[in-house]
Amino acid sequence: MSELEKFRETTKAWLAKNCPPEMRKPMRSEKDACWGGRNWVFQSADQKLWLERMAAKGWTAPSWPQKYGGGGLSRSEAKILQQEMNAIAARNPLHSFGIWMLGPALLEFGNEEQRLRYLPEICRGEIRWCQGYSEPNAGSDLASLATKAEDKGDHYLVNGQKVWTSYADQSDWIFCLVRTDNTGKKHYGISFLLFDMASKGVSTKPILLISGRSPFCETFFEDVKVPKENLVGERDKGWSIAKYLLTHEREMIGDYGAVKPLSEIIADNGYTPNPILRAKIAEFEIDAWAFAQTMSRMLMEAKAGVSLGAKSSMLKYYGTELNKRRYELMMDLAGHDGLEWESERSNDGHLARSWLRTKGNTIEGGTSEIQLNIISKHILQLPGA
Amino acid sequence: MALLLNEDEKMLQESAQGFFAEKAPVSQLRTLRDNNDEIGFSKSLWKEMAEMGFTSVLIPEEYSGVDMGFMAAGLISEEMGRNLTASPFLSSAVLAVEALKAHGNTEQKSKHLPSIGAGKTLFALAIDESNKHNPAEISLTATPSGNGFKLNGYKTMVVDGHVANHIMVIAKTDESMSVFIVPNETKGVEIERTIMADSRNAARISFDDVEVTGEQILGNVGDGDKILDTVLNAGRAILAAEMLGASSQVFEHTNTYLRERKQFGKIIGEFQALQHRASHLYCELELARSAVFSALTALDDGADNAGAIVGMAKAKLGSVAKLAALEAVQLHGGMGMTDELDIGLYLKRIRVAQELLGDSDFHLEQSARHKGY
Repeated sequence: MSELEKFRETTKAWLAKNCPPEMRKPMRSEKDACWGGRNWVFQSADQKLWLERMAAKGWTAPSWPQKYGGGGLSRSEAKILQQEMNAIAARNPLHSFGIWMLGPALLEFGNEEQRLRYLPEICRGEIRWCQGYSEPNAGSDLASLATKAEDKGDHYLVNGQKVWTSYADQSDWIFCLVRTDNTGKKHYGISFLLFDMASKGVSTKPILLISGRSPFCETFFEDVKVPKENLVGERDKGWSIAKYLLTHEREMIGDYGAVKPLSEIIADNGYTPNPILRAKIAEFEIDAWAFAQTMSRMLMEAKAGVSLGAKSSMLKYYGTELNKRRYELMMDLAGHDGLEWESERSNDGHLARSWLRTKGNTIEGGTSEIQLNIISKHILQLPGA
Repeated sequence: MALLLNEDEKMLQESAQGFFAEKAPVSQLRTLRDNNDEIGFSKSLWKEMAEMGFTSVLIPEEYSGVDMGFMAAGLISEEMGRNLTASPFLSSAVLAVEALKAHGNTEQKSKHLPSIGAGKTLFALAIDESNKHNPAEISLTATPSGNGFKLNGYKTMVVDGHVANHIMVIAKTDESMSVFIVPNETKGVEIERTIMADSRNAARISFDDVEVTGEQILGNVGDGDKILDTVLNAGRAILAAEMLGASSQVFEHTNTYLRERKQFGKIIGEFQALQHRASHLYCELELARSAVFSALTALDDGADNAGAIVGMAKAKLGSVAKLAALEAVQLHGGMGMTDELDIGLYLKRIRVAQELLGDSDFHLEQSARHKGY
């Protein structure tokens, strides 16, 4: 048996023993997703237990080095872990912008002190992070951000406003793009700061969305004091970190993980859809398959040492457009039932609200149009793009 | 699953790239067309393809082949697609070879495989009888007669049927289907060459009391369904690979044009409306490549669901290649409508290739059925 096969066996056995039954059931609502943090209220004892057990193995961040609280797994091992979790329908133990976004940036740009301070508590789900990127006048044109951080000797004084800050009202800390210089080009003078959301002068206001939910906030900073050591990377050169993080985010956004195929939903419904809908579904499923194959191919290329580069924009663009198509078709299939907004039967309108949520997929993390611009410029090398 | 090329495949790809670009570029197709060539492809090219081992890429070594598998055959097909190379590769080196290899008896294999590999014998596969590919509806009939059978019926869109030395005919034998190998000069076989829109050739063939012996049956009576499974999977994957090559190349032409053509004092590639169309197409072509590689790999691995995967790939390539061709014409403006540019030749070849062995609609339908809806 090869090392990887052995790893698969022991992983399978460990999961069978340690993943609580409750954590193998499909999530019924957004509350079933565990985000951790200082204020997190566990939905069940099993949710807490699952997080603790996985964190103890370092498997909330399987491929991070062990000294930072990760699992130290190779890409192949991490993939096996994911496959074995999928096989028993195990829930993700921890949803975390710390793991998905800040962590990779700290591993790449942070100093050792910052890594040792922040990464382990991210892995344990103790601190919940939010991302302070967009501003009212800096959306697609992110680099024109204006939130100001003034050098006050031993600290920065931050003033300004962010918007579309995911879960800012529930987060403990923020990683934030601020302007430390506005004399040069707009990409220069941006810095990457970390600070506690409990700091004096920070306030948040949730934004009510069409789904009836408020996953995003407006976030305000008024004379917020941030210690100098909370600067990541070089001052004024935070744009490269911002871009790195966006690229990372894009690779992730395109992947919606294991979702129930539409053909199974049809089987569950027990009736044959009208031929025109059937054709759209068949077309969608082939596109989804070809996209999944493309994700695998890109993963293999990355493993073989070819950097993904601007191709992450392709994955982001196509993956999010597909997800919107998926939810349109799910609504078509669900018909009247899918329109229920508040009943227990509909799990509080879960499908309808999820459908509405997907409309943001092609906007957040850089709109589809921005991704197409990036492809035009960096891959097709079209002029003036 | 291997979605990346190994070293051998990379070498083959390089040699195929060089070979077809030099020996069989688009200008060769133009010459064949403009000279009303008697057969519609270059015999000397076919001979050179045999020398390169391309014609025997799927033939086992014991029958003098190079036996490199489907990924390799797909890479050759992709380069032919890129250059719009006209050749009997699909009909003889893929469809006939796969049928003989998997279902022929030893005598049939020894007789035909080395000869196909050497570029001496050509085959054509006669399946379709109506305007759309539909292998489930065969009405050409083989009726027992003496020690053999009599074939009666009609076939259309028989690719390379006008030059094939042997026609492989799918026929109904009672409730089952069988395949017969019929020499082209057999009495009662009437072949009408049909030059198609892509300047390549097929044939309409009628069979009028054509007498065949039991020895002309490929494998056994009733093997028809199995044989069709094998050859259709192979043919569809190879056509998908050809469309990948053709659409990638026509996209490259388009992109080049976007970087050169000026209007309103600007390079037209600066216009975002055009950039976004090109970028979307780029994404589709990346998905198309993944689909083709998956299909070829599934065949090489002998995967249980290879047929379903190949069908999905053929469906995807049919629609992506069409999109690439249509966008190419539109983005080239009036020039895209001229015969001087190659764009129209790609449009026409893709139109034919996507129709062959089932268009996207056919395969979408099959795929939905396969998934239970």
